[in-house]
Amino acid sequence: METQKTEMNKKLPKRKLSVWAKFKRDGDLLLLLLPGLLWYLLFTYRPMAGLRIAFYEYNLFRGIEGSRFVGWSNFIQFLSGPDFSQTVINTLMIALWQLLIVFPLPILLAIAITEMKNKWVSKMTQTATFLPYFISVVVVCGMVINFLSPSTGIINFFIRKLGGEPIYFMTKPEYFRPIYTLMTLWQTAGFSSIVYIAAIMGIDPALYEAAKVDGATKIQQIRHVTLPGIMPIILVMLVLNIGKMVKVGFESIILLYQPVTFSTADVIATYVYRTGLTNRNYGLATAAGLFEAVVALLLVVVANKLSKKVSQTSIW
Amino acid sequence: MNEKKQLSETAFMTRNEKIFNGIMVFIGIVVTILSLYPIYYVVIASLSKPLFVENGDVMFWLKSPTLASYAAAAKKPGIWTAYANTIFYTAAGVLVNMFFTTTMAYALSKKQLIFKKFFTLLTVFTLWFNAGIIPTYVNFVDFKLIDTRTAILVGFAINTYNLIILKSFFEQLPESIEEAAIIDGARNLSIFWRIYLPLSKPALATVGMFYAVARWNGYFWAMSLLNSDSKIPLQVFLKKMIVDKISNETDAAILTTNSLSSPTTVIYATIVISIIPMLIVYPFVQKYFKSGATIGAVKG
Repeated sequence: METQKTEMNKKLPKRKLSVWAKFKRDGDLLLLLLPGLLWYLLFTYRPMAGLRIAFYEYNLFRGIEGSRFVGWSNFIQFLSGPDFSQTVINTLMIALWQLLIVFPLPILLAIAITEMKNKWVSKMTQTATFLPYFISVVVVCGMVINFLSPSTGIINFFIRKLGGEPIYFMTKPEYFRPIYTLMTLWQTAGFSSIVYIAAIMGIDPALYEAAKVDGATKIQQIRHVTLPGIMPIILVMLVLNIGKMVKVGFESIILLYQPVTFSTADVIATYVYRTGLTNRNYGLATAAGLFEAVVALLLVVVANKLSKKVSQTSIW
Repeated sequence: MNEKKQLSETAFMTRNEKIFNGIMVFIGIVVTILSLYPIYYVVIASLSKPLFVENGDVMFWLKSPTLASYAAAAKKPGIWTAYANTIFYTAAGVLVNMFFTTTMAYALSKKQLIFKKFFTLLTVFTLWFNAGIIPTYVNFVDFKLIDTRTAILVGFAINTYNLIILKSFFEQLPESIEEAAIIDGARNLSIFWRIYLPLSKPALATVGMFYAVARWNGYFWAMSLLNSDSKIPLQVFLKKMIVDKISNETDAAILTTNSLSSPTTVIYATIVISIIPMLIVYPFVQKYFKSGATIGAVKG
C-alpha cells in the first residue's frame, strides 16, 4: 500500500488532497454506502434501541412513551420464574447434543469424502448430503412430523415390521432431543462439510507422501496430517457455531414441540416467542431474549479467547 | 485420462489401503441413501394410492400410481395464491437484496472510503449481537409495516454474511482495472456499475442464489408479520396445513375413511409441489453454493 502511494505521488507531484478534495473525489462512494447504511440503522440498530422494552410493561399500541417503566422487574420475573431453569437447561442440553453430534460428524464426512479413491462415489455423496440444505425448515419439520406419526408414519411402519409397538414420538419428551438433533444433522451435515473439504484439499500433498514414506497407515495419516491441517478451521467453525447453538433453531422447535414435550423442548428462544408474539407480554419476552443474546455473545467471546490461547486462531 | 490415473492409483494400493477405501465407499453409499431416502419416500408416497400409504404398504416402491393426492392438493383453497406470493417474494426480494447488498459491499470494499473501519464494524457487529425477535417485531409495528409486502421485501434486505462474501470478492479484484478507469475520468458510481458488477458475475450468482433459497424457504417472519391469507407465502401455507394436521389428527382419521386421498398424502404432494423448483435448480446452483459456503465461513 505504501509503495503504491509513493508511486501515485510521483505521478501527481506534491498534491496532497484536502478533505474537501477527497470528499469530491470519493463522495459518490458514500452515495453507494447510503442505502445499506440506512437499512442497518433502521432495521437492525433501531430495534437494538427497542431493547428498552425490557424495562417496561410494554403496550404495543401506546408505544414506549405510553408504557409503564418497571425497572428490572421483567428480568426478575424471568430469572425467578418457573420457566427459567427449564428453558436454560433445555437450551444447554440441545446445544450439547449439537456440539457432540451435529458439529463433529460433518468433519468425519469431509474426511470420508476426500479419502474415497472412487471419484464418482465421492461426488455422489457430496451432492446427496448437500441436497437437504435446500429444503425449508417447514418442509423438513412437516416430514419429521408425518414420518413419526403413530398411525401413518414410515418410521412406525418399520417398527411394526420389526415386531415392535408403534410409538407416538412427538408426544414423548424423551425423544425430542434425539429427533431434533438427527433432523438438524440430516439437513446441515453436507453443507457444513464443504468448508472442511476445502480445507483438506488445501493440505500440502507432500505431507501425506512423507507420512507414507515413514510407514504411516491411513488412520495415522488422518490423525497426524489431516486433523492438524484442518484444526484452525475446526476451531473457527466451533467459535462461530457456539453463539448459534445457544440461540438454537427455534424456528424449527416451534413447529415440532407441543405442551406435552415442553419439559425437554422449550428453550429460551421458544419461550421468548411464545411469551412475546403469542401471549403479547412484550416486556418479559424482550428481557428473556436480551438475557439469551448476552449469554450467546459472552460464550463466543470466551470461546474465541480459548481458541486464541490454544492455537492462535481467532475470528477477530 | 483421469480414469487411467485412478486405475493406476487403485492398482498400487496396499491391501490395507484397499480395505480402507472400501470402508470409505461404503460409508459414502450409506450416507447417500440416508440423505435421499426421506425425499424419495415423500415423492413415492405422494404418487401412490393413499390407502396403501396409510397401511404402510409403500416403503421402497410406488404402489398403484395415481395423481389423486396432487389433484386434492391443487384444489386446496389458497395454495396457488400462496405459490404466486412465494414467486413474487423470491423474485422481487432478490432484486431488493442485490441492490442493497452490492452497493454497500462495493463501498465497504474501497479503502478510500472514509470511516471504512467504523462502517465495517457496524455491519459485522450485527453477526454477534442483534436485538432479537420482539424488538424487531415492534420495530415493524412502529413503521406500520405489519401485514404489508414491503415488510418482507425491505425488512430483510441485507444478510450480513452475504455482504461479507461480496465485499471480500470485490476486494480481491486487482486495483489496476480501476486505475485505468479513473484515468478515463470515471467515478465510483460508473466504476461500480460498468466494471465491478460485470466482473463479479460468479460472486453475484452465488449471493443471488443464497438469497433466492432463503427467500423461497423463509417462513418465520412471513408468519409473524403477515395476517392476510392473500399475502402469505407457500411456506406459511404449508405450516398451517401441517400444524392443523397435528391438532386435528382424530378429525383427519374420520375424514379419510371415505375420501379418495388422505391428508398425509396430500401433505406429501404439497411438499413435493413446494420443493420442485429447488430440486430443479439444485444441480445448477450447487457449485455456486459450494464456493459461497467456503468464503462465507472463512471470512465471516
